[in-house]
Amino acid sequence: MNKTDVLIIGAGPTGLFCAHQLGIIGLSCEIVDNLDKAGGQCIELYPDKPIYDIPAVPECTGEELTNNLLKQIKPFNVKFHLNERVEQLKKNESRWHIKTSGGVVFDVAAIVIAGGVGSFEPRKFPVKECEKFEGSSLLYSIKDKSIFKDKTISIFGGGDSALDWAIELSNTSKVNLIHRRDGFSGAEASVQKVNELNKQGKLNLYTKYQMDTVLGDKNIESVKIKHDEGEIKEIKSDYVLGFFGLIMQLGPILDWGLNIDKKTVQVNTENFETNVNGIFAIGDICSYPGKLKLILSGFHEGALAARGCFKYAKPEEKLRFEFTTTSKAAQERLGIKK
Amino acid sequence: MAKITYYTHDNKTQTIDVQNGLTVMEGAIQNDIPGIDADCGGGMACATCHVYVKEEWLDKLPAKEDGEEDMLDMAFEPKSNSRLSCQLIVSDELDGLEVNIPSKQG
Repeated sequence: MNKTDVLIIGAGPTGLFCAHQLGIIGLSCEIVDNLDKAGGQCIELYPDKPIYDIPAVPECTGEELTNNLLKQIKPFNVKFHLNERVEQLKKNESRWHIKTSGGVVFDVAAIVIAGGVGSFEPRKFPVKECEKFEGSSLLYSIKDKSIFKDKTISIFGGGDSALDWAIELSNTSKVNLIHRRDGFSGAEASVQKVNELNKQGKLNLYTKYQMDTVLGDKNIESVKIKHDEGEIKEIKSDYVLGFFGLIMQLGPILDWGLNIDKKTVQVNTENFETNVNGIFAIGDICSYPGKLKLILSGFHEGALAARGCFKYAKPEEKLRFEFTTTSKAAQERLGIKK
Repeated sequence: MAKITYYTHDNKTQTIDVQNGLTVMEGAIQNDIPGIDADCGGGMACATCHVYVKEEWLDKLPAKEDGEEDMLDMAFEPKSNSRLSCQLIVSDELDGLEVNIPSKQG
């Protein structure tokens, strides 16, 4: 059981800055995120794209913003639980117990949901027959590549994941790469490599084809692919891999009894608390009249939510408003030596 | 102003007057037309505002910018008449545009 004052759900910029604000006022927190790294949409959707509207930062990338926020919260030694999705929520007297997908349990006084548009999940094939094989012979990510040795693999997608795995697996497996158009979104060097391997017969490239269906009993035996003009090909396959990027799903938070409207959680603008006492929501996931989905709004919301958490974490104490410039306590918490 | 017709997956048809300058995606969101999620808010970063444009409109729309086709690779059941509705900025020329919203966005 991880006991801490506040659990932050989501390690995007809003969640990270909220951790900073909690640290400044002397509360402890831990952060859970479904991705394998901090940064949220900044890292997953636009790590290299510039952002121009962070106050006092004329230009930075999603990755730079994330790294700076991580640096800013370093003094607080915040514990991260990555690759974990929150699942169950239970009230235990005045505290909350939360359990994650990986079985980590938290005992906290308050919860801040900074979940963006939900947790990132792999985008799946639209074909219904695929569900039956999911997790066994149809996969959306690779944990152990040794299972593919000497097998026939059909890879779908045109981005870097699809290209990189097609190249890598072509060394030890028979690889079919299937993509809906001639162009690829992956790196140019990888596209060239794939074309080369195709010419040398080390990989079979099928463009302008998409999945039609998968066939097999317990495991996949073959996959049918359909050309833009309607022609259908059946190719033998032991495994099917789909790399279509990630989609955001709200997930189990939907069942927590919060007021939800169009995938967002309603909050008050005084402290960004939801309709459930002790559960706050900030950033893209919260809604209120006038809500702007900007990172800077998330920072403001996080600062207020952190102060809202105080009365649950330290009911006997009174929170005094202080500036980091002059507060001795805040500077001590930041580890500043004078 | 342009009249945009949205066909949703449950066979409902809604024709909306959308102001010039807004996107076809915003026209749907502001009028509670179901089926367009627009998770990233119009940043061409998620492919959840994917629509099928009525064939005769394909050539009349502004051409796809770099990146739109890449994002469409990620969309749910992309076809040759697929577009991201966040990239279709409404103008008088788009008056009468008809789009079909896919059964789901992911």
